[in-house]
Order: sequence, then structure tokens, then C-alpha cells
Amino acid sequence: MTLNRRSFLASSVAAAGVLYAPMVFGQAKPKVVIIGGGAGGATAARYLAKDSKGAIDVTLVEANPIYTTCFFSNLYIGGFRDFESLQHGYDKLAGGGVTVINDRATAVDRDARTVTLAGGTVLSYDKLVLSPGIDFKEGAVPGWSVADAEVIPHAYKAGPQTQLLKKMIEAMPAGGTFAMVAPPNPYRCPPGPYERISMVAHLLSQKNPTAKILIFDPKDKYSKQALFEEGWAKHYDGMVQWIGPEFGGDKVEVRPKTMEVVVDGEVQKVDVCNVIPAQMAGAIAKVAGVTNDAGWAPVDPATMQSKMDKNIWVLGDSTAQGDMPKSGFSANSQAKVASMVIRAELTGSKVFPAKYSNTCWSLIAPDDGVKVGASYEPTPEKIASVTSFISQTGEDAALRKATYEESLGWYAGITADMFG
Amino acid sequence: MKPRLLLTLATVLGFSAGTVQADTIGDPVRGEQLFKRDCAACHQLGEGAVNRVGPQLNGVFDRRAGSLASFSYSKGMSRMGADGLTWTLETLDAYLANPRSLVSGTRMSYRGMKEQQDRSALMAYLRTWSDKPQNIPEASPTARPTVPELDPKILAIQGDPAYGEYLSSECTTCHQRDGSDQGIPAITRWPQDDFVAAMHAYKQKLRPHPVMQMMASRLTDEEIASLAAYFAALD
Repeated sequence: MTLNRRSFLASSVAAAGVLYAPMVFGQAKPKVVIIGGGAGGATAARYLAKDSKGAIDVTLVEANPIYTTCFFSNLYIGGFRDFESLQHGYDKLAGGGVTVINDRATAVDRDARTVTLAGGTVLSYDKLVLSPGIDFKEGAVPGWSVADAEVIPHAYKAGPQTQLLKKMIEAMPAGGTFAMVAPPNPYRCPPGPYERISMVAHLLSQKNPTAKILIFDPKDKYSKQALFEEGWAKHYDGMVQWIGPEFGGDKVEVRPKTMEVVVDGEVQKVDVCNVIPAQMAGAIAKVAGVTNDAGWAPVDPATMQSKMDKNIWVLGDSTAQGDMPKSGFSANSQAKVASMVIRAELTGSKVFPAKYSNTCWSLIAPDDGVKVGASYEPTPEKIASVTSFISQTGEDAALRKATYEESLGWYAGITADMFG
Repeated sequence: MKPRLLLTLATVLGFSAGTVQADTIGDPVRGEQLFKRDCAACHQLGEGAVNRVGPQLNGVFDRRAGSLASFSYSKGMSRMGADGLTWTLETLDAYLANPRSLVSGTRMSYRGMKEQQDRSALMAYLRTWSDKPQNIPEASPTARPTVPELDPKILAIQGDPAYGEYLSSECTTCHQRDGSDQGIPAITRWPQDDFVAAMHAYKQKLRPHPVMQMMASRLTDEEIASLAAYFAALD
């Protein structure tokens, strides 16, 4: 056969590994500062500290001393998890050699290679990792702004917002109406909007079975749609109504004062409203100047290095990388590639070809779990999907139960992988 | 092939950060030219595309054959759709190569596109107007995976536990390193032969689990051996 790139790569993966010329720092240890302690940032911090065995000075900046996972936050709303089970501290990371600072980054000076924190601290870095998650686009849903989130929660950054939404649903009048304004693409997921609908429906079916759920959606389709529709018909017959763009789901105005949703000119009174607005990279990515016009941070598909600055890596939801969804699983996967490449640049360790993967589980009803997943490889343009799979409609109950149990195992696995 | 030669070359050339692995479907720019030349007389694609002589092709990937309610298909195409034909890289490739060999009685009077490279370019262009995997993760792939072509002799290679440790980070997203089992089975301290056999069973889709099939499908025999060596030796 001829020697082509693919067979060459396949045969050479294990044999080859490039040695980087380590950077020269005299006596000082190279410094990596990581902003954001979620699935991307915590994983990167843990792997950099663990794999460099103390050769790299790793600092993690995260505003919240206790982190609440977005993944499984819908299960809290549905009553399948208690809130504490979503919460994780940074003690083990600190014990593993990561310096954890509970503060908010407010500025990045790329020339001086420093990060300024709200408390006034200035951190210098050799390599900077940004994993700030998402922020919301102001004005994305007419009538709603982030300032209205106490009345109409987004519950899309897990924490008090998630608790508020659950409390509101539990306090709904009998036979009341819950409305969700679903986000346009691309959006963070988890906490998936349609799993959330399933969990709200489960909660209401227990406590308020005559209540109604409306979804106003600007998209004409969404992931796992056939599975959710099958599940809603099976478990929550008649409760859930999805209004897509064909019926005005893309022309929605929200009136927080009167709890009204105006759909294509028609006024709908609701009792609880959950607005999930259009999204963009977390604010610090823009402050650092590494985002594009669409509001996301473009990265090199093979390394997760910012295309705007070779000393900055960006991970997870805030990136524009190609085909990977904005999930915690994706961020965790990307963090492992980034920490491998950063470690190589700083200490001369080996680099192996990037491999990325994602699986997203969703719970539709008790013991009725489904999943979707794909594997990804870098091409010159993007991280590209190369294989994918999804649960099938009509699967038997035992398989769905096993899928749900698997998701519990995954939660335990990824949180251990992130936080130690 | 000559594995030893390849390994030697690999050692010389090495990898650098920025290595590209997957092959793109084809060149979409060239695909657009082919579309205009061969398809556009009957089919529309892109913003505001509507049915003409042939159905509009936005979202054709993962669409069931003959399933647009707004288009009147041939009996042959409707029957194939009812039988389960769905448009993917593989099925579209076969259809474009020779439409009548895949769908008897199709009204698409096109003799077929002979060159694989042309079909790939055309499909790459078509693919840009179907679901984006970032939004719909189950959507058709947008690139072809790296396919390992390994000599059987490589099966005998001893796994490198250090390489296994690197690869293991993908496993430990779900399987806990300390061997505890909470819904996902432990894989720590398995006998190496069992580990290798299980992974090849997933790779050949003999074991049914889709996540593991996906993971195993892109591990080379050497990587599997390395993982086996690493997990077997964990404390």
C-alpha cells in the first residue's frame, strides 16, 4: 500500500511524541493561571498539577467557593437529587497542589501577561486558561433582561437561580401554566432545556397534575427531539405543548410585571416563566479580547489554543471550535487536550494526537434515561464529529433504566475527575 | 504494508501540537461548483430553498428518503423511505454514484457521478446545509474518522503503561480510577487479556454498548494494549 497520512498516523501514534524545547525560566517555576472552576477549568487545573508533579505552578481563579454543577441541576428540579449533591468544594484540588483563589477576574493584560482580580490581586502567568462558561446576550428576548431574573429566572447558571425556579414551580396554583422561552443555537447543554421540561413535567405530575407546560422555541428542531416527544406523550400526556417558529415561537416578548408572554402578538398569561436567553462566551473572554463577532472564542482544533493569543487556551462553552456541543463532558474532554499541550510547552513532556468525545444523558421520567454522543477529531478547520450515536425510540424499560443508572455513574466519575 | 518502516518514519517525523487527524468529507467549494453543474437545474440548496423538479436539499443528511411532505416522490423513492433508507454519507455516496442501483424507479434522471473525489466534494457542500453537530450532536458526522490499518503483528506489541496512563483520562471521565462502581463498571486491575478481548469486542461491535463501541472504535490495537497494561497495574 502507499504510505498515506491516515495509515501513517494510525501506526505512529504510540511510537511518536514530539519533545518541545522547554521554556527557560531560570529558577522560577512556569506559571499557569486558570479562570473558571467548572468542568473545563477544574479539570485542567487538576491534570496540570497532577501530571506535572509540581513542575508547574497552577492557580485556579473561581468566584464561588462551592461550585454547583449545571449537569444534573435539572434532576434537582425534578426531585431526583438534593441540591447539596450538586455542590463541590475545591479542597481536594488545593490538596493536590493547585492554588485556589475565590475571586472574580476583571482584566487580562496580554502584553504584560497578568490577570487582575476584583479584590485587587494581580497574577502573572506564562500560560492562561479561560474556562468562563457562558453569559447572556442582553436584549435577546424582548422585555426580559438579566435584572428580571428574580421574577423570571433563567436558571442556566446552576445555583440560587435553580433553587428559585424549583420553588416557583412548587408554588404554582393548581392548573397553572409554566412557560419556557427556549434559547436559539448554540446554547449550553446541560442543563438541557428539554430535559428541564421533562423534570418540570414530572414534578407537576406529582403535585399539580392539571398544570400546563408551554415551550416557546425559536428553533424548528432540537437534539433528541423524537425521544423527548415520545417520552412526554408516554409519561405526561397532554401536559406539554411545544410552539416552534412555525407558530410564533421565534417572535416572543416577555412582560415580567404582568407575567405575560406575548407570542406573535397574542397575549398569554403564565404563572411561572423560565427564559433561557441567547448566549455568548463568559465575559472575561471578551475582556481578554479573544472572542469573535458572534461572541465566542475561536480555538485551534488540535490544541484548544486561542487563535488570538498563543499564550491563552480557551475551554468549554465559551469556545468556537466546531462540532462539539457546549456540555460539561465536552469541556472536560477539551481540558485534557489543553493540559497535555500546555504541559508540553512548559516542561517538554510528550504530545499525543488530540482525541475528544462527548456523551449527554437526559432523564425523561423515573428510570427513563436516554443519551446521545459522538467522538471528534481535529481537521484543519474545526473539531469535527466523526461518529455519533443516540438512544432509539421504543427501547425497553430495562435499557432505559440502565441508561439512567449509567448517568449516575458518569456524574460520580466526572466530578471525581474534575475535583479530585 | 510495512509496519516497521512506518514506525521508523514516525519516530523521525514525530507529532507536533496542531496535528490534524480526521479527514474532511471533501472540498465544499469544489462541491458547490459540481452542484451548480450537475444538480442545480432540478434541486435547490441554501437560504430559502424550495422544491422544484427535485426536492429541496436543506437538511438532507439524516432525512428519511422520500419524507418531505411537500414533495411528490416516485413510488420507488417512497418505498425505500418506508423500508428505512436514510440519507447519510454512505447512502448518499451510493445514490450519487448510481441512483438507479440504490433506488429502483427513482425519477432522478442522473447517470451518476463516477469519481469518489467528486462525490465527496459534493457531499461536503450538501453537508454544510444540514444539521450542525454542535446543536444536534446525533447529526451525521462532518468528517471521516482516522481508520487504523494495523498489521496483525502489532497485536503482539507489549502495551506501554505510560501511554496507557495518558489515554486513560478518557476512560476515567466515567470509570473511576479507584475501582469503585456506581452504575458504571470498574475497569481497574483487570487481567490484561480480558481487557484487550473486551475492548476488541466493542471495537468489532460484538458487545452492544454504544459509548464503549464509540470509544473502542478509535483506539488502535497498541492503544488498547497500553490501556490494558496501565489499568492492570493500578494500585
